Amino acid sequence: MEQYLIYNSLSYPILTVIVAVPLVGSLITLFIRGDRYLKIWGLMVTLITAVLSLPLYSNFDLTTAKYQFAEFRDWIPFVNIDYVLGVDGISVLLVLLTTLVMPLCILCSWSYIKERFKEFICVLLLMEAAMVGVFVSLNTVLFFIFWEAMLVPMYLLIAVWGGARKDYASIKFFLYTLIGSIFLFVAIIAMYVTTGTFFIPKLMAHQYSFSYQMWIFWAFTLAFAIKVPMWPFHTWLPAAHVEAPTAGSVILASILLKMGGYGFLRFCLPMAPAATFYCMPYLITISIISIIFGGYLALGQNDVKRLIAYSSVSHMGFVTLGIFLLNDIGIKGAILQMVNHGITTGALFILVGIIYERTHSREISDNSALGMMMPVYVTFLVIFSLSSLAFPGTNSFVGEFLVLLASFSKYKIVGGLAVIGAILAAAYMLRLVQKMVWADSDGHMHHGDKSHLFDLNFRETATLAFLTVFVFWIGLNPEPFLKVMDTSTTHLLEQLESGRHVVPTGKHHALLNGVGESIKHVLALK
Amino acid sequence: METIITSKIVLTPLIPMVTALLIMASKNKPNLRESWSVCGALLTFLSVVYLLPHLLAGGSYKYTLFTLYPGVSIKFHLDGLGILFAGTSSFLWIMAGFYCVGYMRGLSEHAQTRFYFCYAVAVGGAMGAAFSANLFTLYLFYEIVSIFTYPLVAHHQDEEGYFGGRKYIVYLMFASKAFLLPAMVLVYVQCGTLDFAIGNVVPGIFPHNAAPLLVKITYLLCIFGFAKAALIPMHGWLPAAMVAPTPVSALLHAVVVVKVGVFSVARVMLSVFGIDILNKLGLGIFTAYLASFTIIVASMIALTQNNLKMRLAYSTVSQLSYIILGVAMLTPNSITGGIIHITNHAFAKITLFFCAGAIFVATHKKNVSDMGGIGWNMPFTMIAFGLASLSMIGVPPVSGFVTKWFLALGTLDIHNTILLTVILVSSLLNAGYFVPVVYTSFFGKPNPGDNPSSGFLEGSPLIMFMVIPLFFCAVASVLFGIFPDFFLKIINLMVVR
Repeated sequence: MEQYLIYNSLSYPILTVIVAVPLVGSLITLFIRGDRYLKIWGLMVTLITAVLSLPLYSNFDLTTAKYQFAEFRDWIPFVNIDYVLGVDGISVLLVLLTTLVMPLCILCSWSYIKERFKEFICVLLLMEAAMVGVFVSLNTVLFFIFWEAMLVPMYLLIAVWGGARKDYASIKFFLYTLIGSIFLFVAIIAMYVTTGTFFIPKLMAHQYSFSYQMWIFWAFTLAFAIKVPMWPFHTWLPAAHVEAPTAGSVILASILLKMGGYGFLRFCLPMAPAATFYCMPYLITISIISIIFGGYLALGQNDVKRLIAYSSVSHMGFVTLGIFLLNDIGIKGAILQMVNHGITTGALFILVGIIYERTHSREISDNSALGMMMPVYVTFLVIFSLSSLAFPGTNSFVGEFLVLLASFSKYKIVGGLAVIGAILAAAYMLRLVQKMVWADSDGHMHHGDKSHLFDLNFRETATLAFLTVFVFWIGLNPEPFLKVMDTSTTHLLEQLESGRHVVPTGKHHALLNGVGESIKHVLALK
Repeated sequence: METIITSKIVLTPLIPMVTALLIMASKNKPNLRESWSVCGALLTFLSVVYLLPHLLAGGSYKYTLFTLYPGVSIKFHLDGLGILFAGTSSFLWIMAGFYCVGYMRGLSEHAQTRFYFCYAVAVGGAMGAAFSANLFTLYLFYEIVSIFTYPLVAHHQDEEGYFGGRKYIVYLMFASKAFLLPAMVLVYVQCGTLDFAIGNVVPGIFPHNAAPLLVKITYLLCIFGFAKAALIPMHGWLPAAMVAPTPVSALLHAVVVVKVGVFSVARVMLSVFGIDILNKLGLGIFTAYLASFTIIVASMIALTQNNLKMRLAYSTVSQLSYIILGVAMLTPNSITGGIIHITNHAFAKITLFFCAGAIFVATHKKNVSDMGGIGWNMPFTMIAFGLASLSMIGVPPVSGFVTKWFLALGTLDIHNTILLTVILVSSLLNAGYFVPVVYTSFFGKPNPGDNPSSGFLEGSPLIMFMVIPLFFCAVASVLFGIFPDFFLKIINLMVVR
């Protein structure tokens, strides 16, 4: 095991603790009465988890690609299932993103949620435990358990506290994700049958035949593509986002979508390297379509949440594009873009939630011309919108720049197409900001409307200010973040390179082959 | 002399930003707010002056603030080109600071705090661009200028304002996202860095074996990406931006914003591509023709405009291309002519806009045809207008002559009679649209329907706030024409003769 793991040397088993604290916290919630105490309890638990997770950054060993802070226990010995946790440069930022975003989810629900508060806090904390669990599991069974465990709390978040069409949205979310998980499950079992292990690093080290790789690659890809979501599997996302309560949207955008990107990096690339290289043209094509299609749809939306949801499709397209360019800059850009998207889109959803509490509408037209009445709100809106359109000096710029750099240095046409996404981003975000701040008013539209259009209170300001710090920190000094992923990315690329030479066999890929060749031809992927 | 690494040079872009915050903080005290604006301008200018002696002695300054990625950083470097632009803009900000008080109070404009705030940030952005040491920093400040001038263009918040504002932001953001962003990435892909080759304009940063086609594409993306330089067909935003209050048109759309555009183009041509590559691939002469086309066409459109500000706007489009034309001819004389026009045009054009604004505040007249006889009511304003027009036309001894002299020398250096003809013809066109304004104002008849405004209109204190700065700028234009040595010396620092 030592060849893969560096055991945890902190005074507490950090990974178990940050999974267990919210889990236990959620159970204790059931014994607390009174909304006020529930809120404070929820905030305390998430804050404690956040603080306890910080050593993951400060004690992170930058020089190794092994899994750090690892814990290993026997669990079900007769089928070789162990309890193994660990993080590397790819997952550690996502774990931290999760633990740091969760307190904000509680804060943004402070006055938003009016009913069933106990259940709400309980579900949120369960969600946190499951999400952290997904990122830290090094065993496919454990991974799958956490993966499925996210499904129910998220379903409940939408179905119980959602908007008018919550039933439709929650079922759609559930079904899409469930179908993806079935394929994931099949792949996990199939790999166990072949290799006799569920331990992820060992599964990576094993060399599979080409056609086997193709099968598991597409099984994984389907599961993760739904989660990301990539076009054409994206339709659940706008529905879910629009109906979910603010905290649900934030979790969905900031963390859940990242599981798809994480899955690609953890499973597809290292376990099926030859297939990855083989299928790269398709994935790049789909990413480009997601980028342009998502952006184009966002341009036409009149519902703020829906607009941001489609913008997520576009931004996550940059993530998958970066991943499947299969080079160092692209993958780093993709991971950074995931973190950035978590920060920026999370903040945008919090902003939508704030205005929804005041006007009870998500339509742009009902929330227009706020500049005069809510200057602080508008300032944050401008900051996060600029961040979302990758304004230089903000976080998203760095991620997008790296992905573009990777595309232009590899395939110029792909880069050129991705730029369309950047143009669209500027168009739909500036349109949104213009309408929400001014529309076509002379600035005095809501004068005398002070009763419900009051500016941000301290809680709301603090929530957004916290995220603003990261917008500029990553935007101006991304070095510390890029350094964290450096060694692991290099290692991942080595795994890819060593595994790519498995020769394609059999004729059953004739169709794939033909289409792939023509895509390569069109995009000049030579 | 050596390059000094010092964080002092961050101060110059920082002062306007801090000023903006102070303006915001004192929004209920107009007098304090406007004094912040003037003080900020003064301090910015002083900080530039403070840096000057070392530069004149042949040294330079640099400082790296943040590194984003190897070769991509926020980094400042001051050289001759930068300090000329920064000095001009910050000095004119002082003038505009006074002028704004007269204009905004004279018309009791709304949202004045927002106005002063954005105004200061935009100038700060220009300072940052002037001081930038690489393409990323330039891009960052360029974009800051774009975003923060939108509220100024749409200031009136009426239908016309929103229409102009939308056109403005669409042009600028589209160009920067569609052209500039890929251009920047392509430069990085080919060169491995975005840092300018400062100190020598010949080599550029491209490797010798760079693929010519790709370099050409990158170049085109760059010059059209900097839409603020208003090369046709990317000029449409500039006339649209004229819906803004006149101080905005004056300082920002004659000096700061548009000059950020041409400055960036000049910077990219000289410090990224370098004279060698531009010559080798024939890009220099191509750009020169493109600029010539812009000069002639924009001048012709200006002839047809009756609205004084629109006429000035098209004149700006045309004059900006002189700067690009000068740089694009790639000879020491022509580059000198081009770069010195940054200052010469700035002083003259701000005077013209100030005049247009003063006339509007005093008489509410916008169109040239309505201005018959106005010169007798506002003599100082119209005399200043006349002097600045002479500079635009290029009559000695006003400063515009110096530009055209060096440009003409440049065309002779490369033996290109077409470009020489362009310069001469365009001077005639300049005369064609400026002389009638001066003529009408003194010798034209007032419109029959107007009740003839009588007497001396420049006596009231608010109008004085406008007339004194504008007259000062006009006189400065003349002085720069008679004594151009100082600017030539600064430009000589970077252009190797």
